Amino acid sequence: MKREITLKINGREETITVEDADTLLEVLRDRFRLWSVRESCGVGACGTCTVLLDGRPVSSCFLLAVRAAGRNITTLEGLSDGQSLHVIQQAFVSQRALQCAYCTPGFVLAVKALLDEIPNPSDEQIREYLSGNLCRCAGYADILRAARLAQERQISKETAMPRK
Amino acid sequence: MANLAVVGQSVYRKDANPKVTGKALHVGNIEMPGMLQVAVLRSPYAHARITRIDKSKAAGLEGVALVMTGVDVAKMPGVDPYYGPAFRDQPILAVDKVCYVGDPVVAVAARDQRTAEDALQLVEVDYEPLPAVFDVLEAVRPESPLVHERHRPAKAFADLAHVKAGQQSNICYHFKLRTGDVDKAFADADRVFEDTFSSPPAQHMPMEPHVTLVYLDEQERLNVWTASQSPSYVRTELSNTFSIPMHHIRVRVPYIGGGYGAKLYAKLEPLVTALALITKKPVRYALTREEEFLTITKHKVITKIKTAIKNGSITARKCEVFWDTGAYAEIGPRIGHKSGYTAAGPYRIPNVWIDSYCVYTNHVPAGAFRGFGVPQVIWAYDSQMDIIARAIGEDPVEFRLKPALEEGESFATGTLVRSFGIKEAIRQAARAIEWSKPRPVQTGTKLRGKGIAAGVKAVLTPSISGAIVIMNADGTANVLSSTVEMGQGSETTMGQIVAEELGIAFDQVHIVQPDTDVTPYDTITAGSRSTYHMGNAVRMAAVKIKAKLFEVVAAKLEAHPDDLVAGGGRIFVRGMAERGMTISEIFLAKFGSLGTTLAAEAVCQPTAGHMDPETGQSEKCTEYWFPSATAAEVEVDTETGQVKVLQLFSVGDTGTAINPRHCEQQLLGAAIMHLGLTLFEEMIFDEGQLVNGSLLDYQVASIKDMPESFRPIVVEVPHETGPFGAKGAGETGALTVAPAIANAIQDATGVRIRGLPITPEKVLRALAEKKGEALPQD
Repeated sequence: MKREITLKINGREETITVEDADTLLEVLRDRFRLWSVRESCGVGACGTCTVLLDGRPVSSCFLLAVRAAGRNITTLEGLSDGQSLHVIQQAFVSQRALQCAYCTPGFVLAVKALLDEIPNPSDEQIREYLSGNLCRCAGYADILRAARLAQERQISKETAMPRK
Repeated sequence: MANLAVVGQSVYRKDANPKVTGKALHVGNIEMPGMLQVAVLRSPYAHARITRIDKSKAAGLEGVALVMTGVDVAKMPGVDPYYGPAFRDQPILAVDKVCYVGDPVVAVAARDQRTAEDALQLVEVDYEPLPAVFDVLEAVRPESPLVHERHRPAKAFADLAHVKAGQQSNICYHFKLRTGDVDKAFADADRVFEDTFSSPPAQHMPMEPHVTLVYLDEQERLNVWTASQSPSYVRTELSNTFSIPMHHIRVRVPYIGGGYGAKLYAKLEPLVTALALITKKPVRYALTREEEFLTITKHKVITKIKTAIKNGSITARKCEVFWDTGAYAEIGPRIGHKSGYTAAGPYRIPNVWIDSYCVYTNHVPAGAFRGFGVPQVIWAYDSQMDIIARAIGEDPVEFRLKPALEEGESFATGTLVRSFGIKEAIRQAARAIEWSKPRPVQTGTKLRGKGIAAGVKAVLTPSISGAIVIMNADGTANVLSSTVEMGQGSETTMGQIVAEELGIAFDQVHIVQPDTDVTPYDTITAGSRSTYHMGNAVRMAAVKIKAKLFEVVAAKLEAHPDDLVAGGGRIFVRGMAERGMTISEIFLAKFGSLGTTLAAEAVCQPTAGHMDPETGQSEKCTEYWFPSATAAEVEVDTETGQVKVLQLFSVGDTGTAINPRHCEQQLLGAAIMHLGLTLFEEMIFDEGQLVNGSLLDYQVASIKDMPESFRPIVVEVPHETGPFGAKGAGETGALTVAPAIANAIQDATGVRIRGLPITPEKVLRALAEKKGEALPQD
């Protein structure tokens, strides 16, 4: 069945007609050409297609688009202003936490959700939080360091702000 | 190495920005007007004759452009319906019979994915089941059902020129190595050790599944965008398969989302090409993860290894290695050969006998997998090294160091080893894990142990890499290379080498992505060969450019070319930086204009010596070696059988590290991948039917599996003909993980596991057996 839904994608309201069976991943890729959202396992088990739904990480391959109606969706395209890299992206670059990088959009968004939820996570919490995202180049040591660095920089940015 | 500006520096990745923003181009992001999507009907039988296909209902479904069978493919003009890198044994679609569960039978191209999938439901196929064979040891018996009636060599690669047409056997390739008198050594031995080791089929699991897009351009030329590790080979294979001249085929590869061997040779390209040629429309086929499981696997291997010990030394070793290559040989024969000849290890053993058999079964085809079969043979020989050392009361580290080959000694193939840092790798591994530190006496149910393993891989030889460097008048350079950037950092490595040679900044070099219209031939992006082969090619091309620049400067400044150096974007007289010219000035002097380019091509093509087919002896079997060692500390829970890897040190001799951080990443990435393969990864088949073919049921290592203490150690033994002394690093960290962990488990518990993966169940059974208890059967 077709129905009309409104999605708030990277801050913009979009009203579209979807089939009930359309996944959020299909809608984001096929309708909005948001190519950072990538399918890998198709069963919500690898985190490659992670997007943020009202700030929480979800597997877009395993979520029907109609279930996202009226909610805020953030993809990697919406993470930064398009001019400069987000602090988490900077950390991924400087810690070399990307190789083939097919998994990178999912990991960056997962780290974003992690730091929003737990501003000062332990290594154990980082590992637990990111265990739903798979990286077959297996740059896990670098990803862990990137998450840690992003957290430190975010904190220092926040503490630096009031002085402005 | 003195005075290097960029080589040896851990510069940041060239591709970091497009990748971290998600903007990197992948085949899945390329759209063409009117592009069709594909769904494939696959065989439910392991071995069966196709007696009837009715596609009429499917073809009538609205939105369906084509329903294609193997018979349709075979009717295409000039087509060879079978392809493959070693044997042309794999049909584009099954023609008369299917050979494994998952074998493609019917393909539908339709306006969208759902229509294509709906159409598959309407296709009717009748089969007549045939006897099938699943056990590699059964498949080698003469009375076993035959997977293929005849074997047709492909003649695509020089190193496979000796693969012979055979028939009436499932053994499609048999490698033999014979040196010394093995029988006599076994007769004279003090002790003989005999073990059988197994490792299961497994998935490469690139996060980007295979994807290929094919269309005909305005000149009716075949255009192929594909996630492939071997664009040059794909063009050759399509040319041979469809009788299309090579200049009418253009294969392009953008960034690919991991390969690990899965994306080598031809995979989806022949099928999608057939669909595009018939429909005359752009066609894209993206595999689902479930289909990925049915496309290519890591070889299941059984290794029987027998070793003679006399006066504490190894005097003979006999290895029988059985490679389950599945329904189609794929690159199995090359693996059986290249890995087969290393099966006795990097040790001084006077008498060696190796039989390595590549065997057809009715399983999913097996192919190259990070390490190219060498991890499977090291799993056997370096597990056994520990078994022997412990049995004869030798220290396992010393027992390896004593016979480990030294520079200039002869490998089992008769080839003298060069740039062979195996001893240094073993020593570094032992030091990192504090091997000599006394172990505390352990009580309780959580036992700790340490293990070391060592091994070596040889690079594929001969192979070819061509490159073109184009110098622009503003002092920047473009590099044309068919090496695929699949995460390993090849763009960065090539950029560093060219920048160093031309004396320009790293960011002034652009690497053009593989495009067979413009980038020269390269054998494959695999086997830890790119840094050496393509690195040499781009370096030699840059040297040629530099010589042209030097010629101009020498004439202009009345200097001798030998006295000139390149650096800082200028060419100047050594020691007199002010006496020189910028690149732009040189272009102006030479051409009177800045509107031109200087180009040079170079080819790196190491040769191999002849290898005797009866003895495996060769003056030169390989261009270079990758020594590897791993040290592990584990904690075994004797109540649950759970193995936790507490420490893991991955040591690799990479030659000179062009980018040390990237070498370290390669070692660690390969190590984690193989930690998963060691402890839990296994494709489980029941009568040829895959039981765990999805990521819900098949587990790979996650960030939680990373050991607390986890460190790479790069050993740099420069190679005299490597670019700046470099060799390669892509597989080294993969080679020795499994035996290091198994050896640590024996150290902790006294039990020995001989079959991968080392699951808690296997550990519990072994512990119970050791205590003389029986565990309930499942």
